Amino acid sequence: MSLKILTRSGLRSHHLTTARIAPARRWSSSISQRPGSDSVRFPGAVNSKFTTQMSFLKASDLPAIPTYRVMDSDGEMVDKTRPAPDVTDEEVLTWYKNMLSVSVMDVVMFEAQRQGRLSFYMVSAGEEGITVGSAAALTQDDVVFAQYREAGVFQQRGFTLKNFMSQLFANCNDTGKGRNMPVHYGQNYPRMVSPSTHHYGTANEELEADKTTQHTISSPLATQIPQAAGAAYALKLQDLQNPNRDPRIVACYFGEGAASEGDFHAALNIAATRSCPVVFICRNNGYAISTPTLEQYRGDGIASRGVGYGIDTIRVDGNDVFAVNEAMKEARRLALSEGGKPVLIEAMSYRVSHHSTSDDSFAYRARVEVEDWKRRDNPIIRLRKWLENQGLWNEELEKTTRDEMRKAVLKEFGDAERQQKPSLKEAFADVYEEITEEQREQMAELKRILETYPDEYDLRPYKDGIKGLD
Amino acid sequence: MAAPRLFRPTARLFSSRLASTALRSNLRQTACAPSIYRRGYATENGTKEVTVRDALNEALAEELELNQKTFILGEEVAQYNGAYKVTRGLLDRFGPKRVIDTPITEAGFCGLAVGAALAGLHPICEFMTFNFAMQAIDQIINSAAKTHYMSGGIQPCNVTFRGPNGFAAGVAAQHSQDYSAWYGSIPGLKVVSPWSSEDAKGLLKAAIRDPNPVVVLENELMYGQSFPMSEAAQKNDFVLPIGKAKIERPGKDLTIVSLSRCVGQSLTAAAELKQKYGVDAEVINLRSVKPLDVETIIASLKKTGRIMVVESGYPMFGVSSEILALSMEYGFDYLTAPAVRVTGAEVPTPYAAGLEGMAFPQEDTIVTQAAKLLRL
Repeated sequence: MSLKILTRSGLRSHHLTTARIAPARRWSSSISQRPGSDSVRFPGAVNSKFTTQMSFLKASDLPAIPTYRVMDSDGEMVDKTRPAPDVTDEEVLTWYKNMLSVSVMDVVMFEAQRQGRLSFYMVSAGEEGITVGSAAALTQDDVVFAQYREAGVFQQRGFTLKNFMSQLFANCNDTGKGRNMPVHYGQNYPRMVSPSTHHYGTANEELEADKTTQHTISSPLATQIPQAAGAAYALKLQDLQNPNRDPRIVACYFGEGAASEGDFHAALNIAATRSCPVVFICRNNGYAISTPTLEQYRGDGIASRGVGYGIDTIRVDGNDVFAVNEAMKEARRLALSEGGKPVLIEAMSYRVSHHSTSDDSFAYRARVEVEDWKRRDNPIIRLRKWLENQGLWNEELEKTTRDEMRKAVLKEFGDAERQQKPSLKEAFADVYEEITEEQREQMAELKRILETYPDEYDLRPYKDGIKGLD
Repeated sequence: MAAPRLFRPTARLFSSRLASTALRSNLRQTACAPSIYRRGYATENGTKEVTVRDALNEALAEELELNQKTFILGEEVAQYNGAYKVTRGLLDRFGPKRVIDTPITEAGFCGLAVGAALAGLHPICEFMTFNFAMQAIDQIINSAAKTHYMSGGIQPCNVTFRGPNGFAAGVAAQHSQDYSAWYGSIPGLKVVSPWSSEDAKGLLKAAIRDPNPVVVLENELMYGQSFPMSEAAQKNDFVLPIGKAKIERPGKDLTIVSLSRCVGQSLTAAAELKQKYGVDAEVINLRSVKPLDVETIIASLKKTGRIMVVESGYPMFGVSSEILALSMEYGFDYLTAPAVRVTGAEVPTPYAAGLEGMAFPQEDTIVTQAAKLLRL
């Protein structure tokens, strides 16, 4: 257990410098009050100056945490004196296309839900810059815990339209086997070690994370935040055991609404005290479903909370993909420094879309407000302007790309919708690592009923039909 | 209906009360006399007297030693050696990266444990008591129990949740609840509840090795109790199968099914039934709440024709309700008398010792109810 000593380096910078003592025994760092000292040496506040002035700290007196920005809303560099973002043209074009692809898919799928072709959908309009820009700063081995509005992260990390559509239509190609609500994507790579056959390691066995880099999305809000801290702790232990591999971090996404949950506070505190290499990315989009931020908190956004937990924190313009990407790269570096530590990024944006297909946001906000944001500032339009300024994009390219994307989405949509559903046994499997005796009996009983009354049950939509129960 | 839905005056309070005052938890700042940590002595046939606490400690130490993927975390588990000294000596032996003191935030450290399990480690999450785990129950039920299924079987969740469960001595309603039925009702979880030292060691080791999330419901009042431990159980490869009950006392006249501390009470009651009425009661120690060993229970019921379940949970929707329902489903034709449950009273547990005693089954409650069931 290392002990952190926090030094406030000035209110304006809103950064905490940290010095670490790593005692073999906690009590070797114990402190005592010295006579005549001008500062407090209580265990809970080791560097606080005494004062005879009684004054309460007022949040309203502190300057708001500034918002980091690289590119303005006209797609121009804000600071012309600094070097251009350290990204190749090809990379930026990929980002743009990924953002566009998510937005094209969102329009199609939102309509599809309205037509009753799937039960639920959530779009990311206005937040594509945050997800694509930050995911672009991750390595393939980094682990992601997402909330639900992070299609851009999946897209940037190689999730294909077929992967998206298979999950949305819960067909037999869905890695989640049709068990989760639409948009609760997950991504996995083959596991190194199958827990059912080899869960019991030996002292010499190398600690190897199962190669699941994108954890399946979980509906209850904010549960992913402490889990991300735990996964980061696991990565830290594994990377310590194997110093030859490149160290990894966990990226954890959530909205400002979820930051009201107790789990958020618990997670930040435990990540800080356990020195977990995790980057928390808060998408502050202005609304917790219908509740505007004004009614969600009285402090300075979510960023101010990070400082309170002794976590390196930055606020960025979420509509500026370069700012998000640069902040994430630096956050990743910080998270791996000093033996690992958490970092908080608050990315500001505006939720242009309804919360989900179950929401009509014009019941609580003016249509003109939304239209204004769509037109005035939007991560996709901003990057398009930047690309056009660089001579990398034009109206013609925009039109053909959008058309191609729409066609590709509709093709995968049709294919996925026609694809068979997961086999019947998938309703029973995976409750436990191994199918239980009772479940086998239930499967046999179901099979008996289906075989007894073949005219009552149409098994054609299910993969392998009746054999799917074997 | 034998369930004490109301207070049941008892002739005498349970005998362990005096002994248990030494273990009395002062909530967060538990004072536990270090002297209770003692090794047992070996006998000629190789068995050894070991306390439940030491058996649990041994299980943890062995698994931490054998499997680098395991680590234990919780409040006070490291420097303080555990609120109940179950993790005694582990910090010194395995270091602060694998024996971790956490801030007082159940949602935080339980979430951390679940996350580490999803990332491939095998964490052991200690709750100071399962009463406090309610602050983290969403992580246990919505995340730990369901993620393997909802991810399509791609995400492992080899996590063990452990800690004392049920009532202790004089800690009132918010620290006295039995969660067997809560966790026992969740698909995706396994739930074990040890009584003796062999149970404690074998089940905890099995829980840590099991690839699924397992809830280990210990009992504070049992920590200091000694039991003989066989030579086999003293070895580091001793594991009990999850889902198998143990017949602690064979009998032919009445089946008493019980779990955790109530197993001991049932055995005492069975001895009294024999002595007073010449009745042979068979006592089944469930060991595992989920999966439940229905086979053993029904086989015993078929033999005796009468069944009684004794537990310290609440009467409604409980472990005993479930076993009674199963008895009806699978053994109705063999029952010669209505099945009966003896449970805790339907009341938030009172603090006052006398009232507390009346809120839970006592040995004479079991004897009286058994006599009534047998029409003695």
